[in-house]
Amino acid sequence: MSNPLRKRFGEQILLMFGREPKRPEEGDIAPAAQKIHFFKQGNRDFIAEKKHARAHAVKKNTWRNRRWATLITANLLFVLSYWLDVQLLEGSLTASRFVGFHLIDLNSALQVMLAHKHIIVNLLIGTGTILVGWALLGGRTFCSWVCPYHLLAEWAEKLHLWLAEKKLVSDAPIDRRLRVVFWLIFALLALGTGYTVYEAISPTGILSRALIYGPGLALLWVIALLFFEVFFSRRAWCRYACPIGLTYGVVGIVSPLRVKYTLEGCFHEGDCRKVCLVPHVLDTVIKGRAVDTEVPIGPDCTRCGLCVDTCPSGSLKFDVKGLSKLL
Amino acid sequence: MSDDPKDSPSAAPEPAASSPAPRKPALTAAQRMSRERQQQARRRVLHTILLSGGVMGAALSGWLPLAYAQRQRLRPPGALDEKDFLASCIKCGQCVQVCPVNAIKLADLVDGFGVGAPYIAARDQACDFSCDAVQCILACPTGALTYHKPDFLKPRSGAGLAAKPVLKAKQKDPEPTLNLTERIGIARLTRPESCLAMQGKGFKGQARGAGFKGRMRYMEVDRWKPIPVADHPYDVPECDLCVRECPVAQAISIETVTLADGRQRRQPVVHEPCVGCGVCEMVCPVEQAAIEVVPREVWRA
Repeated sequence: MSNPLRKRFGEQILLMFGREPKRPEEGDIAPAAQKIHFFKQGNRDFIAEKKHARAHAVKKNTWRNRRWATLITANLLFVLSYWLDVQLLEGSLTASRFVGFHLIDLNSALQVMLAHKHIIVNLLIGTGTILVGWALLGGRTFCSWVCPYHLLAEWAEKLHLWLAEKKLVSDAPIDRRLRVVFWLIFALLALGTGYTVYEAISPTGILSRALIYGPGLALLWVIALLFFEVFFSRRAWCRYACPIGLTYGVVGIVSPLRVKYTLEGCFHEGDCRKVCLVPHVLDTVIKGRAVDTEVPIGPDCTRCGLCVDTCPSGSLKFDVKGLSKLL
Repeated sequence: MSDDPKDSPSAAPEPAASSPAPRKPALTAAQRMSRERQQQARRRVLHTILLSGGVMGAALSGWLPLAYAQRQRLRPPGALDEKDFLASCIKCGQCVQVCPVNAIKLADLVDGFGVGAPYIAARDQACDFSCDAVQCILACPTGALTYHKPDFLKPRSGAGLAAKPVLKAKQKDPEPTLNLTERIGIARLTRPESCLAMQGKGFKGQARGAGFKGRMRYMEVDRWKPIPVADHPYDVPECDLCVRECPVAQAISIETVTLADGRQRRQPVVHEPCVGCGVCEMVCPVEQAAIEVVPREVWRA
């Protein structure tokens, strides 16, 4: 890893905890990247190529479709395991067993450990498995590839954007540091009161149980959240509130699976930032900000692939650290 | 289609440098931007407060069980004491999935922290231990349901069972006991005035009527397949359904008690081995049930 990238790595973690992205100093940009930044300025050929490519851009939904299929399959597996009694994936998203092997959601496990102050072996096994699994697969990958609330929120987002286009609603941005505050509050509440307070309002848990065991009044809270997202603040829960997202984000810091940005062909039009759940991680695509010719996207990224689908120049791609070197 | 203007402040128009008349000094681009930013920031603070208030308000609903404290719920067998149970239950519902008679239900919003926590509504469907092994405890990933409590959690006095309960269905097996050390409640004759045995009456027909959905294992029918209670009608000269169907040996019997005025009367009497499974409450043929399980009740000699 080059020096500029090493520095950026640390900054991306702070970014996840709520810091606003900054334009990098001249000295923090690798010479090769500086060269490309300079080359792109006022380059007529490049501008012509950009115009041409954008005029002929084809809308793709490759990764979105794969992701929706995965998300629906995962949740359906839970539902069918119970309904058909095939015992393949028993339990719900907070804790389950895949063919008998314990899997336990990290945030739920944390809540239980803090509230109960006692850890049994099964809890440890399940948590460890999930920790290693998601650390390899990208941490917040859980959010966009498994969490059922994410899918509903994506549809609510479409509605929000449609209404926003009609000037009927507008997005109210919220301070991203709030998510850290919530995480701490819920951890302290669990520790102090001995109740798993967050579980009472977790839309992930509520939805997962509603799908498997049947709907209940708790769904009203999920509907209220979606309502808030449609009419007041785009993707508010996932962006500014969910402690599960932050927990998995931290797990994803060391993940080898991420989206990689290549500076060279990028048109800097910002299409990717418009579709992104966490646009601050794509700060690097803004003209003049990439610190190196290839920049991995930070841990707050949910690896949803919307930017990969949207990018007209193929500058954003999924990448597994080290694998491209091997191949 | 370009990046937000706030990302490239240099794009804002510069004030004309060669304006002839010395008018009121125009705001510089930076000043204008900062005012707009200030407003944005102020709005953002307001929205942040709005969202925090909403989420924390919703989280407060978690304390509802304190308001509903009088409504005690029967937990699945092996459950820790209520507070520890709510602390350690991860709300995954694996206990629900393994129960052969679907006795375990998950609580809803009005139960606060109990959202997703399992309970048993014994009158609708009691736990009849037809799984033999207390499968729900086996399925629990966090130890909220447990065969052995950790050392730092002491059983409440009277909650511990004197001996492992003998399961009637397993009496002929080499290991006839249930792996339970504590009771989840105790059956109590809450409405003695309506008890058929006490009135000296028998019972004929389906215990809970034809429409009753509850199921139970009847050893004489099939050890491994519970059937609807409605499919198993009774005809007994003296009503003893609670004693007859109690899955635990020596937990309840009908005895002759002598009243103060010397008259004698038959009456169900609950004994120490009662674990609080609720089968007696489910099969009791009168409405409302004459015998009920009191959740978390302990044995008092």
